[in-house]
Amino acid sequence: MAAGPYSEKVMDHFMNPRNVGEIESADGVGEVGNPACGDMMRLYLKIDEGMVVDAKFRTFGCGAAIASSSMLTEMIKGKTVDEARAITNQHVADALDGLPAVKIHCSVMAEQAVKSALDDYAKKHAG
Amino acid sequence: MTKAFFDHISTTPLDPRVFEAMRPYFFDRYGNPSSHIHDQGQAAVRAVDQARAEVAALIGAKAGEIVFTSGATESNNLAVLGAAEGAGAGKRRVVVSDVEHFSVMNALIPLRNAGYEVTVLPVDRNGVVDPDAVRKALRADTALLSVMHANSEIGTIEPVGQIGQIAKEAGVTFHVDATASAGHIPVDVREIPADLVTLSAHNFYGPKGAGALYLREGTKVAPRTFGGFQEMGYRAGTENVPAVVGMGAAAILAGREMGAWAEHLSRLGKTLWDGLAAIPMLHYTGHPSERLPGHVSFWVEHVEGESLLLFLNMKGVMAASGSACSSNLRGHDEEDLVASPVLRAIGVPSDICTGSITFSLGKGNTADEVRLALDALPGIVDRLRAMSPTYLDYQKRQVKGG
Ligand code: FES
Repeated sequence: MAAGPYSEKVMDHFMNPRNVGEIESADGVGEVGNPACGDMMRLYLKIDEGMVVDAKFRTFGCGAAIASSSMLTEMIKGKTVDEARAITNQHVADALDGLPAVKIHCSVMAEQAVKSALDDYAKKHAG
Repeated sequence: MTKAFFDHISTTPLDPRVFEAMRPYFFDRYGNPSSHIHDQGQAAVRAVDQARAEVAALIGAKAGEIVFTSGATESNNLAVLGAAEGAGAGKRRVVVSDVEHFSVMNALIPLRNAGYEVTVLPVDRNGVVDPDAVRKALRADTALLSVMHANSEIGTIEPVGQIGQIAKEAGVTFHVDATASAGHIPVDVREIPADLVTLSAHNFYGPKGAGALYLREGTKVAPRTFGGFQEMGYRAGTENVPAVVGMGAAAILAGREMGAWAEHLSRLGKTLWDGLAAIPMLHYTGHPSERLPGHVSFWVEHVEGESLLLFLNMKGVMAASGSACSSNLRGHDEEDLVASPVLRAIGVPSDICTGSITFSLGKGNTADEVRLALDALPGIVDRLRAMSPTYLDYQKRQVKGG
């Protein structure tokens, strides 16, 4: 099927997003908004012994934002906290076989969401 | 799969009768109107003259008042820049409405750079320009007033007759961008006191690459292109003869059939409008009655516009978000992705400005196609809301408040 402006991968993650939802009593919750377009992403993490064991998201946003959120949750699951923190928007965009130039900022939201969720986790588990 | 095209505001399909009128000018009659010493050139001259009369007739103008261009963007550029320059020294102000097309708004950039003062008129929440605000904005040093006839994004029809009267009394050149309205509702320069009117062929079942600027006799406009003396000196360059012929043919059809089209569109549009009311937290945009026939625009709380349109497209339903230009995915960077300036102008909160949806129906649409859209929408809205953090918060608030 023709994917329009997006890659097949983006459309797959947009049409069938993985890990949509909420984690009750999550260890870290991150929320970021994109002031340029008003889109918003919330990420829930379950972390066990320094490992991201589960990730769920809710996103209000464009096709690229939803696909980036979905891809991100797949990428961080099973990673250590440090590995997850090292993920950049470029990694997410690459994993999606690229995004249109005008939509790169949508993957930035995904990167910021992990950082924000991990910061929240660090705060909760400080000391 | 049934496919339904509801994006006629971006472009309309060429009417086959228009294509038949154009066909000979691709093959047998390929002359250049400027080279009219021989039969081929003569045939081209006659064709362009005839098209000029046909386009003029659509808006109640004289043939000599029509200048052919490549489309609405060029017409708007010529109107704004040409009239500003043509107004002469001492007139260094331009007044425009807040909901003009990019080809008017961005033409103001070089004017500002050249030291012109630009006044932008606000619109009310239905997108309507207040004639009183126009009266207050016009001064002796105003070179040009530009207010569109109908807005492509929210469908609102502006009171250009009344506004034109004010401009006339103030002695200010008045430009009306009738791209979205011409061929769909009457545009008559004997009733609208406009000095300049922009027309676009592909918006009323004519070919792309053809437009016109109406110049009321005596209006001073400086050219923007320089070369030969085509188009009475206003627009140098060899005429796109087949497209010009097509624009003439489309103008004839529109003049004859517009009433029937409007009736059909209004009926289908009403079905769509009424059917949408079943979706909770859906807000219509634009004026409820003073709007283009078959134009239905809205936004849905907790649902982002592009995502909705992508899902609709999967179901064979093609609609648009914002204007075709502001939602351009092929832009170069983030700067190109702007929240709709029109929605901002009518006071829609900025966080949902990317969420506006426009259904613009065409004469070929059917009741079944409208049904297809109405059947598809609720499920898509539910699906996207289920994914939205803002909707989750809303639901939690409801429960708490409940
Ligand atoms: S357009 Fe806002 S995140 Fe994509």
